[in-house]
Amino acid sequence: MKFAILINEGPFTHQASDSAYRFTAAALNRGHEIYRVFFYNDGVYNSNKLSSPQTDDRNLVSLWAKLGKEHGIDLVVCVAAALRRGIKDEVLEDGFRISGLGQLVEAGIQADRLIVFGD
Amino acid sequence: MSEMNEFDESAPTVVKRFMYVNRRAPYGTIYALECLEVVLVAAAFDQDVSVVFLDDGVCQLKKNQDTTGIGMKNFSKTYGALDDYDVEKIYVEKESLAARGLTADDLVIPVEVLAADDLREVMAQQDVVISF
Repeated sequence: MKFAILINEGPFTHQASDSAYRFTAAALNRGHEIYRVFFYNDGVYNSNKLSSPQTDDRNLVSLWAKLGKEHGIDLVVCVAAALRRGIKDEVLEDGFRISGLGQLVEAGIQADRLIVFGD
Repeated sequence: MSEMNEFDESAPTVVKRFMYVNRRAPYGTIYALECLEVVLVAAAFDQDVSVVFLDDGVCQLKKNQDTTGIGMKNFSKTYGALDDYDVEKIYVEKESLAARGLTADDLVIPVEVLAADDLREVMAQQDVVISF
């Protein structure tokens, strides 16, 4: 099945991004396709390469980047939500790209299922 | 010309039913504002778009909002633009309105008030449900 993923929360305050990451990894492991992961609301913080969580904790920014690289996943950060929160190309982790909300709608059209992870 | 459009490869071939669900109060969190931004963009994609307001989300449509005391932008007038964007399916859950002492007359735009059971049926018919 072809999935699209929407993440609406940042990597620390909520578990949404953790759950989305585990869902995405499990889906890929089962041979499903991930059409796109779209980061919206505080979800855009998942792309901030300046994030430095304690070393004995998981680092979702690098986990997403690594998973994206391994499987060629399109990791898209909403430009409007990102600008509000100071997320620009200068702080964007490799493997993510900044684009418009249209990418979310298009993912909803192209994917068999769009799964929302939020509060 | 309409015959020609059938062969226009740039025309969208897939029309899905997108439903955007608003469950939060308009202020206090950013979900209401950022959901509205998605809906306005989504309207440009020639999809079948509907918007739902339930739980505290019904307060997003309350008339006479005054945000001067909290220093935030009052975006309630923007809901009036949904009609200009051809977003005409606006559903409000009946129970959520009643629980907050509101009626459809208290809202900034005309809506279709649906009981939870009926709303559930409409929701089940959707291809994509995005909840904020």
